Formats: sequence, C-alpha cells, structure tokens
Amino acid sequence: MIHCFKFDDKNIVLDVYSGSIHMVDDVAFDIISMYEDTPRDEIKTLILEKYGDRDDVNEDEIEECFGDIEELKEQGKLFAPDKYEKIAIDLTKKNYTLKALCLHVAHTCNLNCSYCFAAQGNFHGERGLMSFETGKRAIDFLIENSGYHKNLDIDFFGGEPLMNWEVVKQLVKYGRSIEKEAGKNIRFTLTTNGIGITDDVIDFCNEEMHNVVLSLDGRKETNDRFRVDLKGNGSYDTIVPKFQKFVSRRGNKSYYMRGTFTHFNTDFVEDILHMADLGFKELSMEPVVASPDSPSALTQEDLPVILAGYERLAREMMKRNKEGNGFTFYHYMLDLDCGPCIYKRISGCGAGTEYLAVTPWGDLYPCHQFVGDDKFKMGNIYDGIKNTDLRNEFAQVNCYSREGCKECWAKLFCSGGCAANSYHAQGSISGIYEYGCELFRRRIECALAVKLDNLE
Amino acid sequence: MTRIVTVNTRDLSKSVKEGGCGECQTSCQSACKTSCGVANQACEKVEKK
Ligand code: SF4
Ligand code: SF4
Repeated sequence: MIHCFKFDDKNIVLDVYSGSIHMVDDVAFDIISMYEDTPRDEIKTLILEKYGDRDDVNEDEIEECFGDIEELKEQGKLFAPDKYEKIAIDLTKKNYTLKALCLHVAHTCNLNCSYCFAAQGNFHGERGLMSFETGKRAIDFLIENSGYHKNLDIDFFGGEPLMNWEVVKQLVKYGRSIEKEAGKNIRFTLTTNGIGITDDVIDFCNEEMHNVVLSLDGRKETNDRFRVDLKGNGSYDTIVPKFQKFVSRRGNKSYYMRGTFTHFNTDFVEDILHMADLGFKELSMEPVVASPDSPSALTQEDLPVILAGYERLAREMMKRNKEGNGFTFYHYMLDLDCGPCIYKRISGCGAGTEYLAVTPWGDLYPCHQFVGDDKFKMGNIYDGIKNTDLRNEFAQVNCYSREGCKECWAKLFCSGGCAANSYHAQGSISGIYEYGCELFRRRIECALAVKLDNLE
Repeated sequence: MTRIVTVNTRDLSKSVKEGGCGECQTSCQSACKTSCGVANQACEKVEKK
C-alpha cells in the first residue's frame, strides 16, 4: 500500500509497509500513483499528454522512471507487501506484563474547568487524596508485575496532583529507594494545571521528573474560557508566569505545554503560536474529549477548519524553523530513522495490559480516561487484576484487529488509535473514532512535510 | 535516480528481527493524555546514528 500526497511544493510518497518515504517530482508522482492499476502504455500516454512540452519528459525519461520504481520495489522500499498479519495475531496472545501506572494522587482540583473529562477532578465519584501507603503499594504492585520491563513509567495525575504534593515527593523518594535493587529504572512524570507551582515544586520536578505536562490552552481569552478557578476567575495570569519560571529552569529536560481546543477555538493554531511567543518550545494541543451534545464538542462543520489549521501550523513551523525560531509540536514529531519497531507500531497503546490507572483508593482501571466508569474496574492493587476478560479484550485491539483500520494508510503511525476515543464514539473499545482519524491522517501528512522540509 | 529521492527511514520489515523489546513508552500518559500515536515515539534500542 502506498499513500501519495502533495503539500505545497512537496510531492510525498509513503510506502506503508516498509515505512519508506520518497520525495518525488510531479512526473514520478503521477507515475507512482497510477503504477499499480494502470497499464504501462496508458501511463506513458497520459504522462506525455500532460508533460510532453517539458524538455525533461520523453519516452526514455519515462522508461527510466519505471526502472527506478522497479528498483525500489526490488529493494522493498516501494509497494512492499504486508507481511505483518501473523505478528499482529501473536501480539493479541502475548502475555503482557505491567510497565506503566497513572497514579491519581488527587481526585480533587483547584480549578473548575468545565470541559474536564475528569469532571472537575473527581471522575464523577468521591473526592479524595491518595495516601502514601496506597501509593507505595501501587509502586510495589507495578514492580512485582513488571516482568522483564526495565523502564517503568509512573505519571502523577489527578485531578490536580499538586494538591497532594507531599505524597508525590514521598512516593518519588520511595521509588528511587527501591528501583536499583529491583533492577528497574523508573521514569516519573507529572501533569499539572500550574496553580500550585512553587519553587519547591520546580526544583524537585526538574531534578526527578523525566517529563512534565503543563496545562495551558493558549491565548488568555481561550484559556480563561474554561480554565477557571472555583469562583469563575480565569487562571491565565496566575499560571503563565509560573510556567515560564518552571520551564526556564528546566534545562534540557523535556516538558510539554499542553492545551485543549474546542468548538470555541477552531483557530487553535493562534493559541499554539501564542504559546510559542510566550517562550515555550515544546507544545501540544489536543482536540477536546466531549460528548456530542456538549457545546464545546467539535462539529462536522469544524472539521475542514481544523484540517486547514493543521496545515497552517505546518507552514508556520517551517517558516520559524528557517528563521531559527522553531518549536516542536507533539503530533508533528516523527523519528524517521530511529522510530518505533513494527511490534510497537501494530500494538500501540498499552492501556489495560501494560498500562493501568490507579485511583486514590487503589482501584485499577485500564487507563486514566476510563477511571470512574464501573464497567471498566479491573481490580485493585492489593488483589491484582480480577477482570481478566477485560484485560484480554484490551490485548485484542490493535491496528490489524480493528475493522476500520484495514485500509488506512496511516495505521503504522497510529497503531489503531485510542481505546477511550473509540469507546466514547462507538460504545466499544474495538472500533475507531472516525473524526479523530481524519485529524490524525492530516497531522501525519503535515508532520512528514515539516520533517522533510527540515531535511532539505 | 533523478526524480525520486528516498529519505532515510527505519526499515519496518527489518525491525521484525531487531524489535519488540517493549521498553519504549506504552501509552499516551506522559504526553497528550488523550490519544496514542506511536509515530512520535523514540525507540529505546536503536542508537541515533
Ligand atoms: S524500544 Fe524500540 S525495539 Fe523496543 S519495542 Fe520499542 S520500538 Fe520496538
Ligand atoms: S486508551 Fe487512549 S487515553 Fe487511554 S492510554 Fe490509550 S491512548 Fe491514552
């Protein structure tokens, strides 16, 4: 399978199953696009009709191009066959061991963001803070069940994790005290709304946290539309200076400024650029997770606007890169030569198998987005996974098992998408969220264009 | 090749042999929190050339 597309003056050919990427001229673009379903003579005629007045296009040139295509085919870099079906089936039978936990250390929040999928931090349940004892048991549970994994990930999440900051610190110290002996390397991360950031938080996180995710929606009017405190006051003026201080002291450790966009700011690119102008360089901006009847939910009419927005973002990034003023956008980061192997590309998200979310009381869910939905309770950190059927269900889903992914050229970049999105869209974790797929495919095209522009 | 420039990418069919160590990131948790693409992940095993 191939995917041919144009981005401004770039003609890009992606060979799906080998992962090869080719930059081609107009003539080769047309030939490759027709190659599989049009007879050679016909291709020749069509190309001569279209480009015959150009000096560099004649029968010999076209033959040479055919020759190049065949050579690439021989090398497995074009029209490579799909040889991964068996791997995909084997992956569904794999005996998964735990690798990552999302610790919901605080089911409460000091902001009251109305679009929050965690329903203002309590996930439609009781408010509560995780005790050190519970967190400690969760870390032990992770290590006990981590099998061969050496790198383990623990994210402090909420609600707002800084509302339980002392416990976070104690848990990091506890993790550090046992990881070596257990033969593990724990990477801690933290997601915060910024309100509770202090010098202590900055210093500790910059020392211990592998990554921090800082929530900011962009421009003041965008941010303060939803990200308000309990009295309804916007948070922008409080959090931006704190984030700037945090990031300026972070050195070369990674972070993300992470925003959410909704129906109310389909011009979210302005928000991304605003964050870049504030001096933040590692940016992410996600479509809201909302039920279709919510006023903030993205609509069909929004779709073309958002897709065009992604293109504008790509152009702006290319421009700023050239000016030496570049920034990264999470969804446009592609590691072409050292990216994930085929196993990872097929199996994708490890929710419910390698990754679990832990509530303040120690209950286990497949991931942070399922927390609070009783149907998805899998067990707890004391007795382990009880709902093994659910775990198996999660193990079954990948980009080969999902019907909707079969013909998708982006599947080995996406690996079948997010189980939570699918559940919200289709009522089952094994479907797809078509709206999200449209966004995803355009983002990958833009990402490739930006990447190739940097290489030029 | 005059009309086709092939970019250096990891050969997925070769990664059948080299890959599968399972040490890379396993969910969206420490990044965007709402969707999982794998394209932006780095492999833990392959050394940057
Ligand atoms: S670390 Fe690399 S080789 Fe290992 S599973 Fe991940 S992508 Fe594959
Ligand atoms: S199911 Fe979706 S939200 Fe949950 S960890 Fe996977 S990609 Fe993230």
